[in-house]
Amino acid sequence: MSRATTEARPFEAGRILGWARDNGVYVAFALLVLFNAVFTTNFTTTATLFNLLIQVAPVLIVSLGMALVIGTEGIDLSVGSVMAIASAIVPLYIGYGWPVAVLIALVVGTLAGALNGSLVAFVGMQPIIATLALFVGGRGLAQVLVGGQLQIISDPSFLALGQAEVLGIPLPVIIAGVLALIVGFVVRRTTFGRYVLAIGGNRAASYLSGHPVRAVLVAVYAISAALATIAGVLATARLSAGDPSTIGILIELDAIAAVVVGGTPLSGGKVSVAGTVMGALVMQVITATFIMNDLPFTYAQILKAVIILIAVYIQRGRGSV
Amino acid sequence: MVANPTGTTAEAAAEEKAGRGERLFALLQRHGALVVLVLVVAVAAFAFDRFLTFRNLENIVAQSAFLGLIAVGMTFVIISKGIDLSVGSLLALGGVLAAFSVQVSGALALVVPVLACGAIGLLNGVLIAKAKMAPFIVTLAALLGVRGLVLAIAGERTIPISDAPVFTWFGRGDVLGIEVPIFIMILAFAVGALVLNRTSYGQAIFAIGGGEDAAQLMGVAVDRTKIIAYTVSGALAGLAGALLAARLSAGQPVVGAAWELDAIAAVVVGGTLLTGGYGTMSGSLIGVLLLGVLQNLINQVGTLSSYTQQMASGAFLIVVVTIQIYLTRRRTL
Repeated sequence: MSRATTEARPFEAGRILGWARDNGVYVAFALLVLFNAVFTTNFTTTATLFNLLIQVAPVLIVSLGMALVIGTEGIDLSVGSVMAIASAIVPLYIGYGWPVAVLIALVVGTLAGALNGSLVAFVGMQPIIATLALFVGGRGLAQVLVGGQLQIISDPSFLALGQAEVLGIPLPVIIAGVLALIVGFVVRRTTFGRYVLAIGGNRAASYLSGHPVRAVLVAVYAISAALATIAGVLATARLSAGDPSTIGILIELDAIAAVVVGGTPLSGGKVSVAGTVMGALVMQVITATFIMNDLPFTYAQILKAVIILIAVYIQRGRGSV
Repeated sequence: MVANPTGTTAEAAAEEKAGRGERLFALLQRHGALVVLVLVVAVAAFAFDRFLTFRNLENIVAQSAFLGLIAVGMTFVIISKGIDLSVGSLLALGGVLAAFSVQVSGALALVVPVLACGAIGLLNGVLIAKAKMAPFIVTLAALLGVRGLVLAIAGERTIPISDAPVFTWFGRGDVLGIEVPIFIMILAFAVGALVLNRTSYGQAIFAIGGGEDAAQLMGVAVDRTKIIAYTVSGALAGLAGALLAARLSAGQPVVGAAWELDAIAAVVVGGTLLTGGYGTMSGSLIGVLLLGVLQNLINQVGTLSSYTQQMASGAFLIVVVTIQIYLTRRRTL
């Protein structure tokens, strides 16, 4: 692979790469499912399928917000900590009824995201630094809120959020699916979606075209945090406890991986929502493969790191010219 | 855009032209960390009797030495407009490898971590320079993968180091009454400053940070320079891990979480721009010492939980970077 300083790629390799960028995630998913169908016992059962979908729901929801942020050529490392904050707030206010608790969590989470967005949009801070600060500080805040202890939640109507079924389909799966459809619609059919892609493609040009760049950036980070809050609420309901020390740990990596594996380049300007959904499924199936075959989880971590690198390698130099 | 490291005369002339306020901003941007450090030390000396004792100060510097080594590598990487998030995981890998190899020989316990972590740094560098992948995503994957590797090698258990007086001397021995890690850190910063300011390699780092395409056109070996920077960053993180293991008499697989944040904070507090092209080694040293003093004060107060500290360090980073952004904005206008 000798490349000159200018971008000149051999034709064939370029075509194969281009195809792999758009469809690699579907191939990877098919291969993973095939592998598990053959080698993993009990993989092809409805129970496993539903379990898989329930577990993928938080990652998927977080990935949707991450896809929007990455579409603007940004990154949001704070999603896991925002989930932890949500998980800490719900048990604090569950006494007023779960809608109030969830609403407060949503307000706080969205404000935290708006803070991220303001640092990026108005101060001009690099997204990675702005969200890294909340990544560290946010989990600290969540721990302070719960007093460093796990808070058991027993309100049955709240727990239903993570465990109930509608028409035989688990509620978290339905919520994740609806959110995916909404985000897909926003990206494809709304002005806001166009702004997101324009900013990611070329922020300066977008600004000069009169787009509300700063407002859109603040909104994108706020949406990402709001989605992370929903994911945090679902994870909390599933766990029956507010536990900032475990909820959302390392989820930013799974989410970034899901987005990039799904065909959204880190350089912004393009968002593939369907690819992101598939990407999240791929990451979850990898986790499930290791767990169901009793393999040490640390190896899954190493494998995911390698997959992120391969995906970014394939997606690189795309989007921006 | 930012100051040209080579043109000190041009810079001086430009500063003379600038107004007094402008000069004050430039001074703050460059020496702000030093001013804050002096203020914090002065306040601490009044507030705590035990603060200004030789023992306490030595302790602060010795405990900062490990972050200091990492900050030296991080300074090179950040000036070249990159970032290295893998250093915390590499620190843990270095410590665990040292704890294993010390059972063979003490010398091996210093060499193996440096080589192994340097090799991973090399891999980071090759992926960033040759494959043109974003530094933060490559090193983020390394953060994740190396931590997995450490846990795969060591499990979650701490690996004790016993009967290795020579090796542990590097972590907590002393020469002329001053702890060894302090000497190692000073040596690392001195060599780092020399390389950064007095060699063509240092000039290449500044040139790449200022503008990669321009550097390439000027004939700078961009790829090689970047690869070396990430290799050095990895090797220094491995060395820091080995020395920390020597100090604690144990290789701990869970050590080093969020150290990348501290290292970045120290470098940025020291005046190095995250946007690349400008920075100083002395600033990074002051940034490291400032973080060390703040940590020491938190311990002296003794009532702040580690969670509150996390909140504080996140907020601290935002405040420092925000101030830096506004100061440099003033400067470039």
